[in-house]
Amino acid sequence: MADVKKFMYVNRKAPYGTIYALESLEVVLIGAAFDQDVSLAFVDDGVYQLTKGQDTSEIGIKNFSKTYSALGDYEVSKIYVDQESLDERGLTLDDLQHLVWEDEDEDWAEKDSIRILSRAEMADLFEEQDVVLSF
Amino acid sequence: MAMLHTVNKSVFERNSLDSCISMAKAGSSILLIEDGVVSAVAGTAASDRISKAMESITFYVLGPDLKARGMSEDRIIDGIKVVNYEGYVDLTTEHDNIQSWL
Repeated sequence: MADVKKFMYVNRKAPYGTIYALESLEVVLIGAAFDQDVSLAFVDDGVYQLTKGQDTSEIGIKNFSKTYSALGDYEVSKIYVDQESLDERGLTLDDLQHLVWEDEDEDWAEKDSIRILSRAEMADLFEEQDVVLSF
Repeated sequence: MAMLHTVNKSVFERNSLDSCISMAKAGSSILLIEDGVVSAVAGTAASDRISKAMESITFYVLGPDLKARGMSEDRIIDGIKVVNYEGYVDLTTEHDNIQSWL
């Protein structure tokens, strides 16, 4: 697997007002078929994409938020959320969906996918990537 | 004589709401819709600015757009009124004119 590259998808927009969030999710799911090292970052208004309890029944747009919980099954287990973005918006980890993945190396133990990072940690993570895709 | 302003961008992403507040006359109304609804949430980096503006401007937020983004009505700033689509239509008829801050 010498050709594995580090891909990061950076999400900075709230869902539904624009198409970015859905497009990103679709590209992530397509990309998951290529056995790359995938990470997702949620920064700025992107943190709203992960809020729990989304109900789009009155706005006539498909609620795609449930799809995030399927990411673990596609071996997308690294979901990074910017602490400062949560703070600015009066949000905490409790306001976000509980996303998990199963670790094959530890008898399929269920582990949390979301990791909260500081701005400085997020910046370091960006630097490590081979490919950064922004939405 | 009162104007209805609609703002559909997040206060954290664009300056639409701040521009709108700076130019909205006392007695006018601001309705937050689409991504703009996140600006209505209490305890954010923007909520003090909005509370201040509420001294002279009436704020409304579109409930269906709040729900879509996982924000319940009980976490919005005190005094902001939640409306549904019927309420939105009522607001457009109750005001003399409308400005959409895109």
